[in-house]
Amino acid sequence: MATLEITTHVDARGLSCPMPIVKTAQAIKPLASGALLEVLATDAGSVKDFAAWTRTTGHELVEQSVDGAVYRFVIRHK
Amino acid sequence: MDDSSQPLNLVLFSGTDDKLQAAAVLTAGAAALGRPVNIFLQYWALDAFRTARIADDHGLAPEAGPAGRAAVDALREAGQAPWAETLRQAKELGGVDIQACSLSMDLLHLDAPDLDPLVDGVEGVAAFLITASEGPVVFI
Repeated sequence: MATLEITTHVDARGLSCPMPIVKTAQAIKPLASGALLEVLATDAGSVKDFAAWTRTTGHELVEQSVDGAVYRFVIRHK
Repeated sequence: MDDSSQPLNLVLFSGTDDKLQAAAVLTAGAAALGRPVNIFLQYWALDAFRTARIADDHGLAPEAGPAGRAAVDALREAGQAPWAETLRQAKELGGVDIQACSLSMDLLHLDAPDLDPLVDGVEGVAAFLITASEGPVVFI
């Protein structure tokens, strides 16, 4: 794949821990291997949570950024 | 078995909303990580899982005080899901089993149909301990 095409979006803004990873775990389940998913969150704990979650589940955290109070994660299904 | 697949075993004793919320957060986090969660409901926690009462205000632990009450209310107003809803989401991810303690069922004069569908069954302490033997047991 030459370009990254995000097919699924999880808007977890305003949700408190652990709902950002719960919503992401729910959303990634039906996706095919290699599919990209974008998550937006405002929970500051989500930075460490997504690092731990991807490490444990084997999905890949391919991008991570912050814009003001909004954290953005791009995850590739293993 | 590595640590990441080790089950999390929770014995819930307290029936106040703050402790049940803490338990629901641990459960949802573990379920998102793919860890099995075994929950055993005793005493006042079991009472809070009655169908007729699960959506009620169950108060807070005494140490919360008025400031704690205000903090919990603020989090709720900011959109935090009630603990029963967090547990429902965790169960959707799979691997979460919730059992009622049979002795507590007797204590509270409860029958299985009195309990919210979140509860998967009724068992004795020996059955729970055998299920829980592969991971830590946390008492809340």
